[in-house]
Amino acid sequence: MSVWEKLRPYSMVAPAIIVFSLFFIYPIFYMMYLSLFDWNFVSPDKAYVGIQNFKDLLTDSDFRQVLSNTTIYTLLTVTLTTSLALLLALWLNRKGVFHGFVQGAIFSPHIISLVSISLLWSWLMDPEYGLLNWVIGLAGFGKLAWLSHPSTSLVSLVIVAVWKGLGYNALVFIAGLQSIPPDIYEAASLDRSKPWTTFRKLILPLLSPSIFFLVIINMIGSFQVFETIAIMTQGGPVNSTNTLVYYIYENGFRFFKIGYASAAGVILLFIIGVLTIIYFKLLSKRVHYR
Amino acid sequence: MKTVDNTIGGSPIGTAAAGSRLSHARTRKATIRQAISVLLRVLNIAALLLLVLVFALPFIWMLSTSLKTLPETMIFPPRWIPDNPVWQNYADAWNTGPFLKYFRNSIIIAGGILILQMLTIIPAAYAFARYKFVGSGFLFGIVMVTLMIPSQLIFLPVYLELSAFKLLNTHLGLILPFASSAFGIFLLRQAFMQISDELIEAARLDQAKEWKIIVRIMVPLVKPVLVTFALFSFIAHWNDYFWPLVMTTNETARTLPLGIAKIREVEGVATWNILMAGNLILVTPILIVFFLSQRQIIKAFVYNGVK
Repeated sequence: MSVWEKLRPYSMVAPAIIVFSLFFIYPIFYMMYLSLFDWNFVSPDKAYVGIQNFKDLLTDSDFRQVLSNTTIYTLLTVTLTTSLALLLALWLNRKGVFHGFVQGAIFSPHIISLVSISLLWSWLMDPEYGLLNWVIGLAGFGKLAWLSHPSTSLVSLVIVAVWKGLGYNALVFIAGLQSIPPDIYEAASLDRSKPWTTFRKLILPLLSPSIFFLVIINMIGSFQVFETIAIMTQGGPVNSTNTLVYYIYENGFRFFKIGYASAAGVILLFIIGVLTIIYFKLLSKRVHYR
Repeated sequence: MKTVDNTIGGSPIGTAAAGSRLSHARTRKATIRQAISVLLRVLNIAALLLLVLVFALPFIWMLSTSLKTLPETMIFPPRWIPDNPVWQNYADAWNTGPFLKYFRNSIIIAGGILILQMLTIIPAAYAFARYKFVGSGFLFGIVMVTLMIPSQLIFLPVYLELSAFKLLNTHLGLILPFASSAFGIFLLRQAFMQISDELIEAARLDQAKEWKIIVRIMVPLVKPVLVTFALFSFIAHWNDYFWPLVMTTNETARTLPLGIAKIREVEGVATWNILMAGNLILVTPILIVFFLSQRQIIKAFVYNGVK
């Protein structure tokens, strides 16, 4: 084997590895490093403060609210999206042009820019002239404040997230359902198994890979929510929709508290890291795939 | 729905009159059952249409609003088709900022990312799939770790990095961090691994050069995966708001989504008709592409996630 032949694989992976090291791996360590300093981005020297940033964060009532907002948002979004999508998938899992059309329609928000979706829903949720208030008015309900009141703002953002994610989630479930061999259904129907029993004892376990995949992907996605907040609420009213990534963005780019923002980033990294590890643990252990 | 036939095996029951009554009841039962089945089917279709409406109505509302005058947007019950469509709204939206520039930037950035990704992921995926080399496990570990790191997490250090390289507000600064894709390598590696060894051996016997084998034989074999990934990547970066927002401080390299989002800030008062016109400019190309290649796109987003 010539030298060139030995070097070939390295030269082939080098460009990609350089990009990843420069823009993904190194920044992680750089962020950890920065989280130990007090720095305003402009001043030439950084002041080492140890874990003071983390201490400040955890005692900061704003940050606590940010953490609780993010958690509530994530739990609501993930539960609603995944369970509704499963119901939709069981309903829509049929071949044919019409069902294909319905599947396409519910999937379409997934490929549209979050900017468009945020602007569109800001208008739909306008307290004065929004379509939503008119529709619930027809049903006899009073007007809701939607995004403009702290009691409804976070839930409104959840509604938008569920609307956007539902189609994608349902189609992943449908793909999962279609990978279940038909003879399993036949066996169940021969056994005169009740639909609910078939669902609980057969379909649910066989779908568990899709369920785990979606729950984790949705959780990781929800923990990083940014666009809808930046465009629809800017974290308000009164901090009621401020979430982790938006908080990091505000502290870094508005208030220039680089160390403080980095420390919040490290906390987010920790949360996402734990979720990812749980995902792989569950994937290798509990999930039964045929 | 199956129609169940409950014929009682021809046994002579009672008088002829009773028999006729029975068959009468039987047909009535069957009719009811049939009616229920039809009703269920109609209800199912109605429910499906309602579902479609939940997803289509916001877009129809967007289109409707974009053709109204501002006072018309405040009339309830809403007029879905405005009397005199105001096409001027589109021109107004377009003129709120340098939209030709935004458009160009969007194409340069999403296109540049796509080209560089193709150049970096094909050789890397091929090497990981087909060569044994010292350290390949470690290097593939870097790919897998990158796959886990969301870009939303590391924007602050990357911003500082790009600022040190003097790459803020440049196309290159928005392209380089995504010049390769861990997801793409992961997908393509699996595709390359599925190609049979005999094919390559045969080509090698023909004394073909290794890079010729890759370009002429291997790459065409994984074309479907490449197309799938290309769609995924282009749509994701065309739509991206976060990264260009964070990595730019002026208009030089800003993209379409930023321009549209800015209409709101420019106008101050909510001029929803103009905002929705701008929004349609952003959405329409993607929706057209989607309806033209719906199958391919759904496959790109859904099935890759599962496998």
